[in-house]
Amino acid sequence: MAGRVLDLDTPAWPDTYGEEARPRVGFFTDTSVCIGCKACEVACKEWNKVPSDNQGFSGESYDNSGELGANRWRHVAFIEQKLPVGVEDGAPDDLVAEAARQNLVEQGLDPHRDEDGFRWLMSSDVCKHCTEAGCLDACPTGSLFRTEFGTVVVQEDICNGCGYCVVSCPFGVLDQREGDGRVWKCTLCYDRLQGDMEPACAQACPTDSIQFGELDELRERAAERVEVLHERGRDEARLYGEDPEDGVGGFGAFFLLLDEPETYRLPPDPVVPTRFAGSVWKAAGAAAVTMVVGIAVGFLGRRD
Amino acid sequence: MSDENDNELRGDVTKSVAGEGTYVHGGAGEPQPPADQGTRSGVGRRRKGGPEEMMVPREKPTTYYGRPIVKPPVWKPEIPFYFFFGGLAGASAVLAATATFARRPALARRAWAGAFVGVTVSPLLLVKDLGKPSRFLNMLRVFKITSPMNVGAWILLANGGATTLAAGLNLLDEDRRGGAPEVLAAALGAPLATYTAALVTHSAIPAWSEARTEMPFVFAASATASAAGAAILTVPADEAEPARRLGIAAAIAEEAITALMHRRLGPLAESYEKGAAGRFQKVARACTIAGALAFAAGDDAFHPPHRRSSLGRLSRSKDELRRAKLRNRLSMAGGTLLLAGSVCKRWSVFKAGFQSAEDPTQVIQTQRADRPRSV
Repeated sequence: MAGRVLDLDTPAWPDTYGEEARPRVGFFTDTSVCIGCKACEVACKEWNKVPSDNQGFSGESYDNSGELGANRWRHVAFIEQKLPVGVEDGAPDDLVAEAARQNLVEQGLDPHRDEDGFRWLMSSDVCKHCTEAGCLDACPTGSLFRTEFGTVVVQEDICNGCGYCVVSCPFGVLDQREGDGRVWKCTLCYDRLQGDMEPACAQACPTDSIQFGELDELRERAAERVEVLHERGRDEARLYGEDPEDGVGGFGAFFLLLDEPETYRLPPDPVVPTRFAGSVWKAAGAAAVTMVVGIAVGFLGRRD
Repeated sequence: MSDENDNELRGDVTKSVAGEGTYVHGGAGEPQPPADQGTRSGVGRRRKGGPEEMMVPREKPTTYYGRPIVKPPVWKPEIPFYFFFGGLAGASAVLAATATFARRPALARRAWAGAFVGVTVSPLLLVKDLGKPSRFLNMLRVFKITSPMNVGAWILLANGGATTLAAGLNLLDEDRRGGAPEVLAAALGAPLATYTAALVTHSAIPAWSEARTEMPFVFAASATASAAGAAILTVPADEAEPARRLGIAAAIAEEAITALMHRRLGPLAESYEKGAAGRFQKVARACTIAGALAFAAGDDAFHPPHRRSSLGRLSRSKDELRRAKLRNRLSMAGGTLLLAGSVCKRWSVFKAGFQSAEDPTQVIQTQRADRPRSV
């Protein structure tokens, strides 16, 4: 157990918590069984009293809520695609029937069948609770902190609305709430965790697409799941964010996806800005020194 | 499994008629190119142990209805003006301290005044952006080296103190030779001018982050140009010589580093060259170059026989008076142009961040390219 905790060491956790540290928890979102019901979005909004916003139609399939933000801590993406469907050379004889069926498909009148080459991808997105969290590093007030569960939470009484975390998140998770000015995001139901309850979204999920648990256990479960899918010929299945060697040290909330991450509005290879901090500060320091030297040199020479 | 098969989806009719029958709802799926995509660390790679050698970026990456991946900044117009005033304050403090030590009291006192104005306006702009003063104080409850914004708040505060002290001492005592307050104000002034560059490059926005090597130098040059411009506007022509030289040098440096930065950014430079950012960039360049030319034309150094004209004689010829007037006008125009160029430069950088964030393909292309993960 001790070794396991060490393997999942995230900055400020569990060290600073000592005895109070709890095993790191997270989400495994298995999009292969997501049915796009949005129960997670609703449950999150209700439990956390997240205000409503945009009530219109986006024209983006069944997704009218757009993306994660201050007022949306779970977001269900709908990818609706009709992929290339053609007619094989030399076969089948009934081209006319095939064309007619195609026409129905085009009109949206043909019920969905696997053979149609039409696909839905649905995925419930959430804050990744990164091991190396860009938002937490960037926060100038200490409002963002790492909890005893290894999750990342904003303390609203300290947040000063500077918005630096907004541009520091490689996933575009955080945003400022209008009229409030402060930043709000998924807390992984910190209040529920403290009461030994699972987060609202995971509890509401009817297909277990959202699985909550201890992170190392979730990683094992995910590895098994992806293996099963590959055995079934679903070669497109891949895990996203499960690897502690990635650019953010592994996600606390990771995913099983059925296409490239960018298809789901996820960055293909996110890197926490803090990884570049060395070169950032070196350049700023060098520029400052250059400026001082340059100005001093400007005073050299002839005097009037 | 071959890459071609790898890319096909279950349930897809395997043979397709190229370029036909492709219907994409919401723009979410161009036909996939046959090659797998490499990433820097292998996140989201198709399968574990997948082909490493295929690093060819897609022509047109798939996106989710074209929605941005990273969020654009929520910063208001106060922020680019803060970048400008912080730069003006920082560079003016360095200029003023150097002038104090170099015994140029007239220049020193004007530059100290400029630094004081800059460092006074800066926190007001920040407070206005945050909404209320107590929110600024929240930043002072911690010191966090991983947050350029926190470090910057401390630099601003410390520089504000040192600059106020040094400015006061220099205004009170014309013969002041300089001491610890001047050294401190200058030592904190230079980072005050460049940390704002670190603030934007320490982010997830591609066009900002990828410019991290050059951006602080652009800010330093732009800040120096603005400090020189401000000094020229207030300092008598005969005392302004170093500021003039600095203005010209800073303008040249700014243009050179900007060109280098854009070249190194490659396709990401588009964020700085198009739209609002591009318009600000063009105005900034025009102002900066014109300002430097005006300085050069009005520089006493270019007219050695007349250099001492305004001080050396009680009566001057008509021609000399006309020349002095022209030089003065050119100096004033140059100073104003450099200040305007510096403001526009920060606006260009600011707007470029929004434009970069709003284009999801920049995030994808940056991360798909085979780049080192930290430098």
